[in-house]
Amino acid sequence: MTEELYFEQPVMMKIDKIINESDDTKSFMFRHKLGYNPGQFIMVWLPGIDEKPFAVSCFGEDFFGITVLERGNFTKLMHKMKPGEQVGIRGPFGHGFSIPDNVKDGTGSACIIGGGCGMASLTVLIEKLQGYNTTTLIGATTKTKLLFKNRYKDITIFTDDGSEGRKGYPTDILEDLHNKHNYNILYTCGPEIMMTKVYQFCNKHDIQCEASLERYMKCGIGICGQCVCDGQMVCKDGPVFNSQALDKMNDFGSYSLLKSGQRVSLKEYGEWRGC
Amino acid sequence: MNKETHFPSKVNVLRTIKKYTFNKPCIFDILLHISASKNQMTAPNLNINLCGIKLSNPTILPSGFLGTSKSLLKRVADNGAGAATIKSVSLAPREGHKNPTVIPFEAGMLNAVGYSNPGAEETAREFANINEISIPVIASIIGTEADDFVSVVDKLSETQFSAIELPLSCPHTPGFGLLAGQGTPESTRNIVSAVRKATKLPIFVKLSPNIPEIGNLAKAAEDAGANAITAVNTLGPGMIINIEARKPVLSYKVGGVSGPALRPIATRCVYDIYEAVKIPIIGTGGISTGRHAIEMIMAGATAVGIGTGIYQRGMDIFRKICQEMETWMSENNFNNIDEMIGIAHD
Repeated sequence: MTEELYFEQPVMMKIDKIINESDDTKSFMFRHKLGYNPGQFIMVWLPGIDEKPFAVSCFGEDFFGITVLERGNFTKLMHKMKPGEQVGIRGPFGHGFSIPDNVKDGTGSACIIGGGCGMASLTVLIEKLQGYNTTTLIGATTKTKLLFKNRYKDITIFTDDGSEGRKGYPTDILEDLHNKHNYNILYTCGPEIMMTKVYQFCNKHDIQCEASLERYMKCGIGICGQCVCDGQMVCKDGPVFNSQALDKMNDFGSYSLLKSGQRVSLKEYGEWRGC
Repeated sequence: MNKETHFPSKVNVLRTIKKYTFNKPCIFDILLHISASKNQMTAPNLNINLCGIKLSNPTILPSGFLGTSKSLLKRVADNGAGAATIKSVSLAPREGHKNPTVIPFEAGMLNAVGYSNPGAEETAREFANINEISIPVIASIIGTEADDFVSVVDKLSETQFSAIELPLSCPHTPGFGLLAGQGTPESTRNIVSAVRKATKLPIFVKLSPNIPEIGNLAKAAEDAGANAITAVNTLGPGMIINIEARKPVLSYKVGGVSGPALRPIATRCVYDIYEAVKIPIIGTGGISTGRHAIEMIMAGATAVGIGTGIYQRGMDIFRKICQEMETWMSENNFNNIDEMIGIAHD
């Protein structure tokens, strides 16, 4: 990667445009080049406040964007920002998604399964896979939480409460879809309980799985150990892990570390993170 | 440049003699053959004995890097480290400073993590089956008063750590290390004496490079019962300001300096401490190659800490450094680490 596409220290970038995605979600666009592969993440710094990891959810030759769900103090402050204001960006970091040769040459097929705000980690992949044999399924708790539903055609929508699309979860129809398409790879990002189901489905049917994990991060560069998941550092070895890596990660789907480093159940972690 | 020209090995001396005897087959051929095969057979031995703890090589993961979980320390062991240190643990859980906590720069790294840790009880649980890790594990413990250190030692007493490290030298966390005045001979003596009474394990005391007469401080630790000195902690604190943001990058504004910028200072500290004490030294600060490690050993270190180098060369830096040390030692006729310790001294 050349110097201008990767940033070891935060570089201040002006917000070029802000898009309202839903009631509590906005995308922030930056007119800047970035050496980004789908699935990687960047660290976003509000000087004097905090720094958090975000997936790049919009990407082009000379621009990129992130999508921010209003949840805690940091994201509340971001939601109050206006175009022209600046945030610090460093990265991109970590390993992203891989695309198998048989998907690239059209003989194979892929399925993308996104849940809730996890969709923000999949959009650039969805765009990269347009024109190939792919199926995209998106899910959310309710209609107002659905992200990017208008950005793409040919997607299947699910809501837990049935307020839009099918009632239920994207994983409900995997069996039928696989019988029809005979997938080579399943990509997923969303609640870990959903990703665990996707991973188990893949193991059962001998399909490659790639899941993008979320853990509380500090350094972002693989040295502090805060985001560990069974010997794997989510920031450097991930955030995308394939079936072979997930097979060895017992904490996947069950445990995560709090800010202090205390290892707790994903339920307790989720309560702390407010998701 | 051929390093062998500076440090001729037996093989090279014989090769030179052979050259000047017009390459005629002679007794030197036989000698050359014997010497070369002997050289191959006896690869240098990197084993060390650190206060009675046997290490397969002198590289040690210092506290604060990757030491949050047993699973990561297993991986550090798989990557060739001789021993590993857990992330420093206090009696009560701590969340540490806000992000950014770590920031690389052109000569190393600046960090102010602020001692985030899950507390002594949780740490004892995480490292309960420590024998699953194939290398010795050192517990780094922190506290504000001497009693706090003792309480942590007590909580960890059932866990089979190989040694206790006391970092009395952190430059960026209120209530701990330098900011709690722990970098004076008096305070060091108090804390080390208290911990000495509480444990039979070897005690390592980690010192700050900021202390002008570091030899005196090391001597105070030795007199109070320390079994080894870890030298050094991060330097500073330092600051990096983003000029567009007009703000320091670290949330705590300042942080300890590690990596290449620290290395010559760490080497000098180890050199000074070696003259002042008889106990072994773990030389830590900016080491990222086998040559750096050997330099630190020649200054007086028995073992070497490798932390920031992980960012530069990956987690297998431990194995890489060991291979580089072996190669250099072979070329320069050193058979073991002991032969090199402190040889830079007059």
